[in-house]
Amino acid sequence: MSAPHKLELVCPAGTPAAFRAAIDAGAHAIYCGFNDETNARNFPGLNFSRAELAESIKYAHRRGAKVLIAINTFPRAGALTLWRNAVDDASRLGADAVILADIGLLDYASGAHPSLRLHLSVQAAAANADAIAFYARSFGVRRVVLPRVLTVQEIAAINRAIEVETEVFIFGGLCVMAEGRCSLSSYATGKSPNMNGACSPASHVEYREEGGELVSRLGGFAINSVGAGEAAPYPTLCKGCFEAGDYRGHVFEDPSSLDAASLIPQLAEAGVTALKIEGRQRSRAYTEAVVRSFRKALDAHAAGRPIPAGELRGLTEGQQTTSGAYRKTWR
Amino acid sequence: MVFEGDAIMSLKPSSFALTVGPLLFNWSADEFSDFYARIADEAPVDRVTIGEIVCSKRTPFYADRIPAAIERLQRGGKQVVLSSLAMVTLEREKRGARELFDQDLLEVEINDLTLMNWVKPEMAFSIGPLVNVYNEATLAYLARQGARRFCLPPELPFASVEVLAAAAAASGAEIELWAYGRIPLAISGRCTHARVHGLSKDSCQFVCAKDADGLAVRTLDGANFLAVNGVQTLSHISGALIGDLDRLARAGVTSLRLSPHTGDFIGVTRAFAEVASGALSAKEGLARLRQSAPEAAFSNGFLFGDCGAAALHER
Repeated sequence: MSAPHKLELVCPAGTPAAFRAAIDAGAHAIYCGFNDETNARNFPGLNFSRAELAESIKYAHRRGAKVLIAINTFPRAGALTLWRNAVDDASRLGADAVILADIGLLDYASGAHPSLRLHLSVQAAAANADAIAFYARSFGVRRVVLPRVLTVQEIAAINRAIEVETEVFIFGGLCVMAEGRCSLSSYATGKSPNMNGACSPASHVEYREEGGELVSRLGGFAINSVGAGEAAPYPTLCKGCFEAGDYRGHVFEDPSSLDAASLIPQLAEAGVTALKIEGRQRSRAYTEAVVRSFRKALDAHAAGRPIPAGELRGLTEGQQTTSGAYRKTWR
Repeated sequence: MVFEGDAIMSLKPSSFALTVGPLLFNWSADEFSDFYARIADEAPVDRVTIGEIVCSKRTPFYADRIPAAIERLQRGGKQVVLSSLAMVTLEREKRGARELFDQDLLEVEINDLTLMNWVKPEMAFSIGPLVNVYNEATLAYLARQGARRFCLPPELPFASVEVLAAAAAASGAEIELWAYGRIPLAISGRCTHARVHGLSKDSCQFVCAKDADGLAVRTLDGANFLAVNGVQTLSHISGALIGDLDRLARAGVTSLRLSPHTGDFIGVTRAFAEVASGALSAKEGLARLRQSAPEAAFSNGFLFGDCGAAALHER
């Protein structure tokens, strides 16, 4: 076996403070978005103005880190300018790449900015070598963020068959549905990740005392119910408790989050270029702790030492973690 | 088949092609054959999309019935379109999807952009509702590659449909909307149907065959909410645009997709045909849908309401 190849650590930033913290904690690259509906974490108080991004990019570049701008919602019909301006501005401000999902926007970016590096967002759900080949050939995409439906073995097979880089999620929130192909949120609330950059938005959440239980609702639908005094989980639709036939409980997915730190060697072996941490909506302190821990893990891996396990458990939702689709039994 | 100029020549209030969408559910081979035989003989529809879209594990059970079904549909005067799988990951799924193009007579409906890697200008293909066509730039790109028709994502609001229909007309393509049936909302690598039976996708025992219209998912306080169909999640409500045909026609929508369900599905196709021809009013059409599918709750919430489930609370 050859020496382990060096993995790039791609870290989230929702604010300029989290951005600087992630760089200082050892991020090789930061991904972030503009403060509007062009990115898939369009939450109040989150994301970057043009001026903030210009400053942040300078901060990163001075420290040898890259900045990837997520413009990964699907542009609204009749309103393409907002998304095209975001691509133009990312290029003008010196972004190292833009992360896109929409075919029309990829077509625009490859035509208007031929030297701008294009990454394919997980929202495009390109789950096999032929889908990736289509995006690479048609738009010159250089890296693909793989959807969270693949096993490590499938990722290895994809990497053998393609010529572009792959990036995979290693830690953070976990979509059980193929990203970019889910309308559950807009069914219940009218707001969707694809169109609005929001899933199960707080504007449609209610917590109510009902018969001694604390019920959390999304768009009026009961998503979770806990005994009074217990911590009520946020009502993310696919993590809710429902009834289906004789089954009563987490029909789609347990309230667990992804932690694939133990799979770093296998993912490297599978030919992955970059590991991505989810969580642009998270606090600066959280970002810093997670980035520091993963940088340590990557450095250990690069030096041929074992990966330190389990130290992030306190930071994960509901204290439960899973390696998700990377292991076949999850399916 | 859509006849150009039909809207001008006819006195009908609106003129649509009717498409039967691919069967989403795991019906037995005999049910499959019977369903398409009846569609061929009795349903006043123009086009039928056939083939597995949800889970490739189901295909072997009825694959040998497909050629006869296609032949019968064609004898019944229907255009037949071959549906591709919604999410292609396995090698055999890739081979199956690629083989759809090996015949050169039938149009292929692309439901996963993987298939775009294989299309050639002379190939006949359309874009299904599970492909993300949200704006006129994406539509124009795919139309330039040869896409003839777009069944739009069901979550789009009417304002987007209007823009996309104008763009389609400019590209010489047609626009179809999800006009009847439970709405596909999500697809996963994991099989929810297997999960709720304590199984996994690899050892699923085909439990999805127990629920011919999907397995109801209710909230803990008993509200109807969703339906599980293998790796797919559907709405509890049945999309129903039968009351909206005039404004859809004015926007430039040319085709309506009716998604197969149990109950009197032939009655559903007739209701749409009669409202489209002006023989029935929209109100009468909705009443007929209620007779044909007494268990269903209908909504046009994605297009015209606050959310896809709008109106669900009323029932």
